[in-house]
Amino acid sequence: MTIPLRLTLNGQPREIALDDPRVTLLDLLRERLGLTGAKKGCDRGQCGACTVLVDGRRINACLTLAASLDGAEILTIEGLAEGDRLHPVQAAFIAHDGFQCGFCTPGQIMSAVGLIREGQAGTDPERIREGMSGNLCRCGAYAGILEAVQDAAGRATEQREDAA
Amino acid sequence: MRRFDYIRPASVPEAVAAGQHPGTAYLAAGTNLVDLMKGGVATPERVVDITRLPGLSAIERLPDGTTRVGALVRNSDLAHDPAFAKDYPMVAEALLAGASAQLRNAATVGGNLMQRTRCPYFTDAVSPCNKRAPGSGCAALGHATRIHAVQGWSAHCIATHPSDFCVPLAAFDAVVEIAGPDGDRAVPLTDFHRLPGDHPERETDLRPGELITALRLPPEAADFRAHARYLKVRDRTSYAFAVVSAAAALTLEGGRIGRARLALGGLALKPWRVAEAEAALAGQAPSPEAYAKAADAALAGAEPTGAANAFKIELARRVAVRALTQAAAGTPARIPALPASPFGIV
Repeated sequence: MTIPLRLTLNGQPREIALDDPRVTLLDLLRERLGLTGAKKGCDRGQCGACTVLVDGRRINACLTLAASLDGAEILTIEGLAEGDRLHPVQAAFIAHDGFQCGFCTPGQIMSAVGLIREGQAGTDPERIREGMSGNLCRCGAYAGILEAVQDAAGRATEQREDAA
Repeated sequence: MRRFDYIRPASVPEAVAAGQHPGTAYLAAGTNLVDLMKGGVATPERVVDITRLPGLSAIERLPDGTTRVGALVRNSDLAHDPAFAKDYPMVAEALLAGASAQLRNAATVGGNLMQRTRCPYFTDAVSPCNKRAPGSGCAALGHATRIHAVQGWSAHCIATHPSDFCVPLAAFDAVVEIAGPDGDRAVPLTDFHRLPGDHPERETDLRPGELITALRLPPEAADFRAHARYLKVRDRTSYAFAVVSAAAALTLEGGRIGRARLALGGLALKPWRVAEAEAALAGQAPSPEAYAKAADAALAGAEPTGAANAFKIELARRVAVRALTQAAAGTPARIPALPASPFGIV
C-alpha cells in the first residue's frame, strides 16, 4: 500500500507515492528526491543539520514522518537562491566566514532563515545564539555564524522598513 | 524502525476508533515518538496520524476567563501568542526554555504532555527497565543516577518527567481534556501523570484509545501575571533538559503575599507541587525566610536514590527560593534572551 503525498517542494508541486510510512522527510529528500542539501548528522533531532522549512517554519526533517506532511510546503537549501543570486543569508555566511567544513551549513542557513522570519531575535547576539542553539557546528564556526545572522537579520529589517 | 500500519483519520471520533487497537500510538509532530521508534524504544504496530485533525489547533478565551489550548497547538505558537504570553508569562517562559527552536516549532501541546522520560536506561532500549519492559527491573537503581528522581520514586522506577511546560501548568491547576471511546472527560494535570509505584509502565491516566484534545487554564491563572517566573537549572545554558526547575507565582497585596503557586520540575515522574509550600507563603511578607520555609515544605520527604543525585535536594531548595525571589521582583516586560536561565539578566 502506498501513501499518496502532495507537496510543494521548493516552489514546485510534487506528487509522491510513498511506499513506506517509516520514511522521514529527511530520507525522502535525500534518498528519493535527490536533494542532499539537508544533512543527516545525528538523525535524532539533536544537531540541526537536517533543518528545513515546512510551511515557513524551521523544523528537524529527521524527526518528521513524510507521510504526515500531505499538502505541506517545503523549502530546502536547494530552493533558497534565485538562480545564481544567493539568498541574503547565504551571502552573509560567505561574507562572515560562517562555516569551515560546511557539513552543518545548510541546516545553519535554513535555521537562520527561519529565525529571521520568526522575528523574535532581531540583531541581539544573545537572542540569536539562543535561537540558533538547535544547530551544532563541530568546527566551532559560531562566531562567524553569529555575525552572519546578525548581518542578514539587520538587512531584512532595513528591507522591511524600506518597504513600509 | 519496526514496521507499522499508518492510519490518517479525518476526525477525532475516527482517530479514537482507530486508536483502540492494541499497540497504537498517536502521532502528532513525532519529535519524541519518532526518535523513540528509531531507537527501538517505542514499537507501535499502528500509528494514527492526528496532525491534520480539525478543531485541535485553536487558542481560545472562554466567556468565564478560562483559556483553552488545542492539543495540536505548537509549542512556539503558544509561547509567542501575545495574549497568552501576557497572561501566562511563566508558561511562555517555560515553553521557550525547552528544546530547540526547531523542536518547539513542531512539538505540540498534547505531545509535550505525552513525552517520555529521558532516563538513559529507558532510552537505550536494552537495559532492564520496568517502564519499557514491565517486570525486567530497573537498571538505573544503583548505577548512574545523577539526573534521577528524589521525590515520588519507587524501587521499580526512579525516572523523572522531562517537561518544562508541565511544571507551570501543574502550578496553575491546568486541566487536560480527553476524548475517548466512552466519551469525553477532563483530568487535572496533577493527576494526569502517574508516579511509578508498582507499575511504572502506566505513565498517564489515559485509557486505551483516549486522545488529548485540549488543555485548559482556569481564570485564576491569569491573576499571577505580574509575579510569575520559571527558573531552570541545566547542564548547559540552552537546549538541555532541566536538572531541577521551578515555577513560582505570587499575588502581592499590600506588601504581603496573597496567593502563591510553586511547582518543581526534574524531581519526580510528574511536576512536584506541595500544598503546604504554597500555604506557607500565603499572608507572609515576601522574604528569604518565607521562601526558604516554602522550599523546605516542597522538599519534605525528598530522598535521593543514591549519592549521585543527593545534590538535587539542596539544589531544588535553592532554585525554589530563587524562583520565588524572582517572581516577587516582578515578571519582566519581555522574556529574557535566555529564558528561565539563572545566568540571564533578570
